[in-house]
Amino acid sequence: MTGDAVFFTLYALLACFGAVAVVVSQKIVRMAFWLIISLGSIAALFFLAGADFVGATQLLIYVGGTLVLLVFGVMLTSSGPYLRIDTSPGEMVTATIVGLLFLFMVVGTQSGVDWTGTKARLDAATGTTDQASDFESGSEGNTLRRIGMSLLGLRPDLGAAETGRLYTGYLLPFEIISVHLLVVLVGAAYLARAKRRRSS
Amino acid sequence: MFLTLASQSLAELLESYVPEGWQYVGAGLIHMALLFAVFSLCPFFFIWMERKVAGRIQDRLGPTRVGGRFGWLQSLADGVKLIQKEDLCPPAADSMLFRSAPYIVCMSSFSAFVVLPFSKGWVAVAADCGLFIMLAIMSLEVFGIILAGYSSASKWSLFGGMREAAQMVSYEIPMAICALIPVVAAGSLNLGEIGDMQSGGIWNWFVFHDPFTFLAFFVYFVVATASCKRAPFDLAEAESELVGGFHTEYSGMRWSFFFMGEYASMFAVCGIASILFLGGWNTGISGVDSALTGLRDQDGALSYLAGVIGVGVFGIKAALGVFMQVWLRWTVPRIRIDQVITVCLKYLVPISCFLFLGAIVWPLMLHAGLGGRTTWNEPLGRRVADAIHSDPPVTPSKDTDTATEETNADLNDAEPAAETELDRESVSAAPLRNTVILNDASEVSQ
Repeated sequence: MTGDAVFFTLYALLACFGAVAVVVSQKIVRMAFWLIISLGSIAALFFLAGADFVGATQLLIYVGGTLVLLVFGVMLTSSGPYLRIDTSPGEMVTATIVGLLFLFMVVGTQSGVDWTGTKARLDAATGTTDQASDFESGSEGNTLRRIGMSLLGLRPDLGAAETGRLYTGYLLPFEIISVHLLVVLVGAAYLARAKRRRSS
Repeated sequence: MFLTLASQSLAELLESYVPEGWQYVGAGLIHMALLFAVFSLCPFFFIWMERKVAGRIQDRLGPTRVGGRFGWLQSLADGVKLIQKEDLCPPAADSMLFRSAPYIVCMSSFSAFVVLPFSKGWVAVAADCGLFIMLAIMSLEVFGIILAGYSSASKWSLFGGMREAAQMVSYEIPMAICALIPVVAAGSLNLGEIGDMQSGGIWNWFVFHDPFTFLAFFVYFVVATASCKRAPFDLAEAESELVGGFHTEYSGMRWSFFFMGEYASMFAVCGIASILFLGGWNTGISGVDSALTGLRDQDGALSYLAGVIGVGVFGIKAALGVFMQVWLRWTVPRIRIDQVITVCLKYLVPISCFLFLGAIVWPLMLHAGLGGRTTWNEPLGRRVADAIHSDPPVTPSKDTDTATEETNADLNDAEPAAETELDRESVSAAPLRNTVILNDASEVSQ
């Protein structure tokens, strides 16, 4: 068993354990704590897979952003000392059925794929050949430059240098999403202000 | 991926001493031990420094007895005292969260050290997006504080935790924007590369790169002080209003974990400041810097010596930053919580946005003034197309020595600060060729 496999097993088990604990525990803030464990382990899995950028983004957005907001919201709005969610048996049954269906789907999809020689086929499909090796800056998680250039539509690994064709980047979708988020923020600020005026 | 020590990685160094396949485990353990030593000694030293500086500012002597004349073992005595204290947990508290909160604070500020380079190549994980990872990890610290405040079942703690959450989440925004300004100047998020670019002369430091980075340094420092919840921004633990804030109910070692986390993250943010703005491990004297670069290319002990000097320079710069924060704490009065939030959201965020825009426009304007090609007079798409067609990809040279020389030449050529920017400009003009150079540099540093 290599070191990667040991760490993968460790973090995968932690992620699963955290996810189960989120469902089992009934206090909201404890759920948030288990969610940190689960999401943090998934970030660690990303780091292990050499996707540093995705791992750091996972930490920043989900753990550092969303979960902090969640706990902050609970702290500001809860009426009692510890907010609880008591799930009824009906909800339990429904959730179990949905979860099992999802599990079957995932297992079915996973077993339907022929995993032999995946890497070679992936390399062939994305045109990752020796001629574009300068673009492959580092296999050890140094993906940032590639991600940035791909965002701008610069993909020498797809053979753009030969065909002279520029690939469409993700800059425009990215900008549209960011403007959308800005609108949402302005709207939220407006709603919060209007509410405060009425009460005072 | 792993640290290079004396121009070869620690794993290679261990190869001849340990069984096959275990060198990475050994290297990982040594890195962990070294980082943990740094992490534990930082608070040890800074707490002593804080007490001495506070004493001097208040016209006292501070600790004088423990460990000789200057009381430099005072922190050890404090630590022993704290270990002996009873580990209390209030009966109404959510004991699991209450007990685990200090570890979250401690772990998040400790993990930030993993990607922080202490000297050229002396970094546990030389990640390409090191700064991003560091900011992401340090943003987790607030979670432990919120959990501590919430799970203590005390009003002081709850209010302290809420203030702290509001403050730290708000100050993350200008902090990230200010950290991006030197990144724009450098064109890299790799902390090692950013540090290397500032070698040779104090005028190469990014703080003197352009007016915007100069102002950004001061904004960053204010924001970093606030994000470490230091006075004058320590409303979350304001003794006169909230007793101890989020850590009111804590005692003994768990209480001290919060402070280890606080002092370690002070060192971490000052370390980021010294790498991003103050040249990192470069001395700022061009002669000394080139001598050190020469020393680094030597084999064995000499290269190691250059690394140690780099660590010293970096440590002094970061410790001076921490000293500034201590100095501020004991001389500036605390401001109210609404003023803290106002300062951040109404002043620091717009200022840092303005500086960020300025830092982006500055090289373009400068380049346009010198008659070069910029995005103002030529669309980006055409430049990219030109770059693809005119510059054939250079095959990456496997000879690391020539690559190092090439990179060093590249960096040293850009002596006036403005020319560094032009160099960066040519990166976007010829992405393929420059990527090769930078990639080789990053390969060398790993």
